[in-house]
Amino acid sequence: MKLSGAEIVVQALQDEGVDYLWGYPGGAVLHIYDALFQQDKIRHILVRHEQGATHAADGYARATGKPGVVLVTSGPGATNAVTGIATAHMDSVPMVVISGQVPTPVIGSDAFQEVDTVGITRPCVKHNFLIKRVEDIATTLKKAFYIAATGRPGPVVVDIPKDITDPNIKIPYICPDTPQMRSYNPMVKGHVGQAHKAVELILQAQRPMIYTGGGVILGEASQTLREFVALTSFPITSTLMGLGAYPGTDAQFLGMLGMHGTYEANKAMHASDLLIAIGARFDDRVTGQVAEFCPHARIIHIDVDPASIAKTVRVDIPIVGQVHQVLSDITTLLRPQRDQLSQTTLDAWWQKIETWRAVQSLAYQPSDTVIKPQAAVEMLYQVTRDHDFYLTSDVGQHQMFAAQFYPFDQPRRWINSGGLGTMGFGLPAAMGVQQAFPEATVACITGEASIQMCIQELATCKQYDLPIKIVLLNNGYMGMVRQWQEFFYDSRYSHSYVDALPDFCKLAESFGHVGLRITDPADLEGAYREAFAQKDRLVFLDIVVDPTENVYPMIKAGQGHHEMHLSPNLTTERELA
Amino acid sequence: MRHIISVWLENAAGALARVATLFAARGYNIESLTVAPTEDPTLSRITLVTRGSDHVIEQIIKQLNKLVDVTRVVDLTEGVHIERELMMVKVRAEGTMRAELKRLTDIFRGRIIDIGHTHYVIEVTGDSAKLNAFIETLDDNTILETVRSGALGVARGRKPVASS
Ligand SMILES: Cc1cc2nc3c(=O)[nH]c(=O)nc-3n(C[C@H](O)[C@H](O)[C@H](O)COP(=O)(O)OP(=O)(O)OC[C@H]3O[C@@H](n4cnc5c(N)ncnc54)[C@H](O)[C@@H]3O)c2cc1C
Ligand SMILES: Cc1ncc(C[n+]2csc(CCOP(=O)(O)OP(=O)(O)O)c2C)c(N)n1
Ligand SMILES: [Mg+2]
Repeated sequence: MKLSGAEIVVQALQDEGVDYLWGYPGGAVLHIYDALFQQDKIRHILVRHEQGATHAADGYARATGKPGVVLVTSGPGATNAVTGIATAHMDSVPMVVISGQVPTPVIGSDAFQEVDTVGITRPCVKHNFLIKRVEDIATTLKKAFYIAATGRPGPVVVDIPKDITDPNIKIPYICPDTPQMRSYNPMVKGHVGQAHKAVELILQAQRPMIYTGGGVILGEASQTLREFVALTSFPITSTLMGLGAYPGTDAQFLGMLGMHGTYEANKAMHASDLLIAIGARFDDRVTGQVAEFCPHARIIHIDVDPASIAKTVRVDIPIVGQVHQVLSDITTLLRPQRDQLSQTTLDAWWQKIETWRAVQSLAYQPSDTVIKPQAAVEMLYQVTRDHDFYLTSDVGQHQMFAAQFYPFDQPRRWINSGGLGTMGFGLPAAMGVQQAFPEATVACITGEASIQMCIQELATCKQYDLPIKIVLLNNGYMGMVRQWQEFFYDSRYSHSYVDALPDFCKLAESFGHVGLRITDPADLEGAYREAFAQKDRLVFLDIVVDPTENVYPMIKAGQGHHEMHLSPNLTTERELA
Repeated sequence: MRHIISVWLENAAGALARVATLFAARGYNIESLTVAPTEDPTLSRITLVTRGSDHVIEQIIKQLNKLVDVTRVVDLTEGVHIERELMMVKVRAEGTMRAELKRLTDIFRGRIIDIGHTHYVIEVTGDSAKLNAFIETLDDNTILETVRSGALGVARGRKPVASS
């Protein structure tokens, strides 16, 4: 079979099992678009901005575990994609981005729509390639998918000059085998000796704490984690990225930890004498002041990326390997020795934790005149808990309220930008999820500032009939920014007021969708039910919420887990200990 | 502490840029960096000199290992190793200074590799400290120009380091 470069691109994607491709055409990729036109295996989704393409592919990847695939043109097409590439990179999401490039003979001449895509994206990709020969397209794409999806996943950019895809130059195509790369060996197996040492520490622990992260979800280790947690009966907390790997409704789960984590999770971290870190990267939002971090604990750290280990916090037992493998090794070793764990010691630890939990650090002042954002999330949970439900988020207070008040019981259901914190992520990510799971209920929780960053994708939702539910917690402020200004800048609200807002209902309607505005707490449940009953329409819920609400607890910069600021409605006196 | 690190990487376009980008993006310092193909023309070998606490050096090595084009990273400072750097110094060489410069060059086991009526080019090899010492013995007025290769390093003993 002889194919042109453009046809090889499309064929290689088909051979990779790609079903969706998010993209936007332009000069440098027109040969590829022409080849796409002449096939029907891969569905191309035309977005309205290349950032939307990358976030949509990212949402698809986070929901399915398969790499998301993007196609953009050279120059502005590629630069528009950069935010989405960096977003995926920070959260270790597998993605392959194909960008057009100017023809090889003019590379470097400041040709029309030329940018050094490989140079621009180098610091925010797992790897990238510039293809210079038609013969290299198939093997390079094979490598790209392999690198994106294995080890610690991440985005890979493949830059393809236009002349390489020329329809008149045809070469034989053979689907290449999985590449052997001497410089890339992601198949690390956790050291059994280290697992033995971990078990020793586990058996000695008096105040153990399990701290899990996105790696459990990325490594499909949710089941293994549940078995380990059940075997030990230890308390467990999770980062923002790990929510759902362990059931949020289970009593052993203490809620999220970190800057906006629960009192019980952070206090237990601070008091623990053994920390078992699983697929988490000790991010600064989690550790707070590193010098104050878990001062009494010995630390076991399981991570597939050696560079994540001891990056910010020293550890006692590093174990480099896949979560599911290392954790099942540990579980197997531990099971026959389980009764060496002192139940009385554990009971005392749990009693202590329950006193922290009794503080009810997430409690808020309910109201029947104004909708509290927390109440809006709680109600969202009540209405959707029986659905096959996915929630994507934008960035801000609404994101934190969702993480705190919507308990996720399954992995890959909570999809948000944690590492880069990219406003504009939520709506296009929801498109990717809905595309992957057409029958599922997909909602995007957002703020009136965030939603405007990729609002143009409402047109894409219309074109492809994506019945996403947009849950806008409209507080009229960049709430998260306003909160920091209230706390740290004497309430000087410099440019955090979102003025001149559109009428979101009319806006949604103009795109062909349904808009609902809710101002009265009494109407909230009905509006949700009405929206979620509309199985084939996108419904935009503009929920007007209390503009003054803050996210609590909060650990301020430079402080440790034991120095949380609680809601002024609460005092630590409620602590029973 | 000062570390001298050998990095083997694919002799591919952009591979060196990845190393440079990594150092710049993560704020690691590079004192010197040299690169050339190895006996296997598909591989290049970088020798770089950097400074940092043990913790920083550990991260540098891990981050270098993470680069897809890198096949091997060895911190030579961890074992007994030999270090050499090449320097060429162009100096003012007039009158009585000429004999004096020749004498100094001999003491440092250097060579005069270019001679003119009023100048010499002197080549000196050695570890970086020796090259510094040579510079210090010359007065600023004498030196017209210097160029240094950056340090190269190799582990002592017969056993070669595998490149991947
Ligand atoms: C407004 C805002 C507020 C935030 N507040 C908080 C907060 O209060 N609390 C909080 O937790 N976060 C918060 N975050 C998120 C925070 O910035 C980080 O994104 C997050 O804490 C990182 O989560 P993680 O440690 O699980 O790492 P991830 O980024 O999910 O990294 C996963 C880790 O697992 C490893 N890994 C991947 N695959 C595997 C595998 N198969 N096997 C083993 N290891 C693997 C990776 O190497 C990596 O080290 C906030 C973000 C925003 C935008
Ligand atoms: C692209 C981008 N720009 C700026 C920021 C900084 N930022 C973080 S939260 C936030 C405000 C978000 O406001 P809104 O979407 O209304 O959410 P709210 O906090 O009010 O719930 C801003 C500006 C960001 N995270 N991303
Ligand atoms: Mg807002």
